[in-house]
Amino acid sequence: MPRVGLYATCLMNLFRPTLGFAAARLLEDAGCTVEVPLAQSCCGQPGYNSGDVEAARALAKQLIAAFEGFDYVVGPSGSCMATLRHDYPKLFEDDPDWRPRAEALAARSHELLSFLTDVCGVTAVNAAYTGTVTYHDSCSGLRGLGVKGQPRLLLGSVEGLQLTEMQDAEVCCGFGGTFCVKYPEISGRMVDDKLAKVAATGADTLLGGDLGCLMNMAGRLRRQGAKLKVFHTAEVLAGMATGGGIGDGEH
Amino acid sequence: MDVSSPRFKEKAVIALANPTLRQALGQSRKGFVNKRAELVAALPEFEALRDQARDVKDHVLENLDHYLERFDNAVTAAGGHVHWARDAEEARNIILDICERVQARTITKGKSMVSEEVNLNAALEARGYTVVETDLGEYIIQLAKEPPSHIIAPAIHKTKEQVSELFEAAHGGPRKTTVADLVTEARLVLRDKYFKADVGITGGNYLVAETGSSIIVTNEGNGDLTQTLAKVHIVTSGIERIVPTLEDVSLFLRILARSATGQETETYTTLSTGPRRPGDVDGPEEFHVVLVDNGRSKMLGGKFQDMLRCIRCGACMNHCPVYGAVGGHAYGWVYPGPMGSVLTPLFVGLDATYDLPNACTLNGRCQSVCPVRIPLPELLRELRHQQHQRGISPPVQRRALGVWRFVAERPGLYQFANRLAARALKGLGGRDGRLRHLPFAGGWTALRDLPAPEGKTFLELWHTRKT
Repeated sequence: MPRVGLYATCLMNLFRPTLGFAAARLLEDAGCTVEVPLAQSCCGQPGYNSGDVEAARALAKQLIAAFEGFDYVVGPSGSCMATLRHDYPKLFEDDPDWRPRAEALAARSHELLSFLTDVCGVTAVNAAYTGTVTYHDSCSGLRGLGVKGQPRLLLGSVEGLQLTEMQDAEVCCGFGGTFCVKYPEISGRMVDDKLAKVAATGADTLLGGDLGCLMNMAGRLRRQGAKLKVFHTAEVLAGMATGGGIGDGEH
Repeated sequence: MDVSSPRFKEKAVIALANPTLRQALGQSRKGFVNKRAELVAALPEFEALRDQARDVKDHVLENLDHYLERFDNAVTAAGGHVHWARDAEEARNIILDICERVQARTITKGKSMVSEEVNLNAALEARGYTVVETDLGEYIIQLAKEPPSHIIAPAIHKTKEQVSELFEAAHGGPRKTTVADLVTEARLVLRDKYFKADVGITGGNYLVAETGSSIIVTNEGNGDLTQTLAKVHIVTSGIERIVPTLEDVSLFLRILARSATGQETETYTTLSTGPRRPGDVDGPEEFHVVLVDNGRSKMLGGKFQDMLRCIRCGACMNHCPVYGAVGGHAYGWVYPGPMGSVLTPLFVGLDATYDLPNACTLNGRCQSVCPVRIPLPELLRELRHQQHQRGISPPVQRRALGVWRFVAERPGLYQFANRLAARALKGLGGRDGRLRHLPFAGGWTALRDLPAPEGKTFLELWHTRKT
């Protein structure tokens, strides 16, 4: 049985533990043993994208050490996992000690849903969801890791779920990490454009693979007073999209 | 041209509130994106062509000195002249000298972003020359006294109604209201100028080292009339626009038209090789190429060399959601959008351009459509890195990063802080499960609620349940 280290991304750990348990359930159902090392913290992406490469390097070293020894490192985020896969090897390009360790981690790191399908060979899940959903392709997962068909394949096996594609599903929702607080007006226009496409599908649920994007869209939907439910795809696939959606509180 | 990039935020907010701009940007950009997608889908080897184009450009950049000298020799052999301009001022002076020597009065211009970059029109007008832009978009913004807002569609920010008003003011009535009538009116006005022109200035999409030819592609034919009817033809081009052979040009023509306007080929592709030869029925008496460096050679061999592959197609801005929201003028200089956010800081300096590399979500759509595979998000991130190293980033951000790093480097402390935050934010969120206001998070809560946490962190729940 492959031994998987589950990466508790910052947003999942703080805002959405349900997603962590959904990820663990999906991994265990796929035949993995799941462990969550305590020595983990942020992957360093906020520093890397803000130009503070030194901070990114320090945090990367910490995470590389925390996850050495696992067969795989898996996280429910295209964004964080793209950092591990693509940015870590670049961060240590000129460091003969850390470069091999960064590359080894990168090679073992996967975004959750693509790991389930591409590595574990999962083609269907045992879950039901009543409703019409639409799926937003988060940019880092899509363009950085090629996450496109995998969530759709698995969603196709959820009983009662109907997927209606939105126009421009691949266009950024305006989150962009610190971008959304540094340029709120531009971000606001982008999320409004995105939500107009979501609304045009008539779906009652919005799904995606990155909590940053989902919180951005859910936060804007709530501010507008819209009722659309927002879940991480993994929550639906694990049959755990039963409580409140993102931004709904407890019902 | 003045650099207004320091006012990016302010100009972006004004642009966002402009419904006419929104309408103009929405229509034309959608056309570009959809047409490109259709044509790319119809050309199975498109991805392979992108690889080839990248490789040819890389080869040229590795051997730029060689190809530039070859080009110079070939132009001279064809009876033309090559001028080398280290910077914008030298480029302007070279062109002003030529215009003065031939006693020019009217100067026609085909579209040239390099001439915008070196601020040529203002210099020519200051010397009393009549300068007429002949590309329809450039003509419109010349009348409006505005800079271009897009590198291939300079008047993309204008609606038909606005053009109608500008034409009525410039040409007199009766006012034309259909696109066809507006275009006809511009053609008639411009036709006369081509014949009067003493000097015709164009850009150069490609400079062919083997033949000394410069090549322009247009959809209006204005470039041909500009360069063949004037007595003197001056090409302004960046030193990186060299390709080795005509064979290579055919490769670039295939990807340029598809990437830029979603056409299989542009309507006119015109080669200029030297001046008119004995027996030629038309063509200029003199042929000059002004090769402009203006910061390009400094990019060679460094972290930004990939940017010199750019073929100025505009696909990155057509697909950029930030450009789509704010338009080109907010960027504050000649080149907008993703490619401009890389080039502007490099050409005019990091200090005046803080926002350009930062006003980007790093979503990567630009890179995914770039015909020469420029890693634009990586280059923007590298600029952020240089801003950070040089202390240009805002002090608040630097302090925040410092605190974040201190805490995140200590997993125990980080998790403790998260446990506190999970409880506090859940409390503040109340029964609704969301926060409408949050101190220090105004950028988020100005437009969005903040979904409240569930109350405990995943790590504490997981480790409690497992033990």
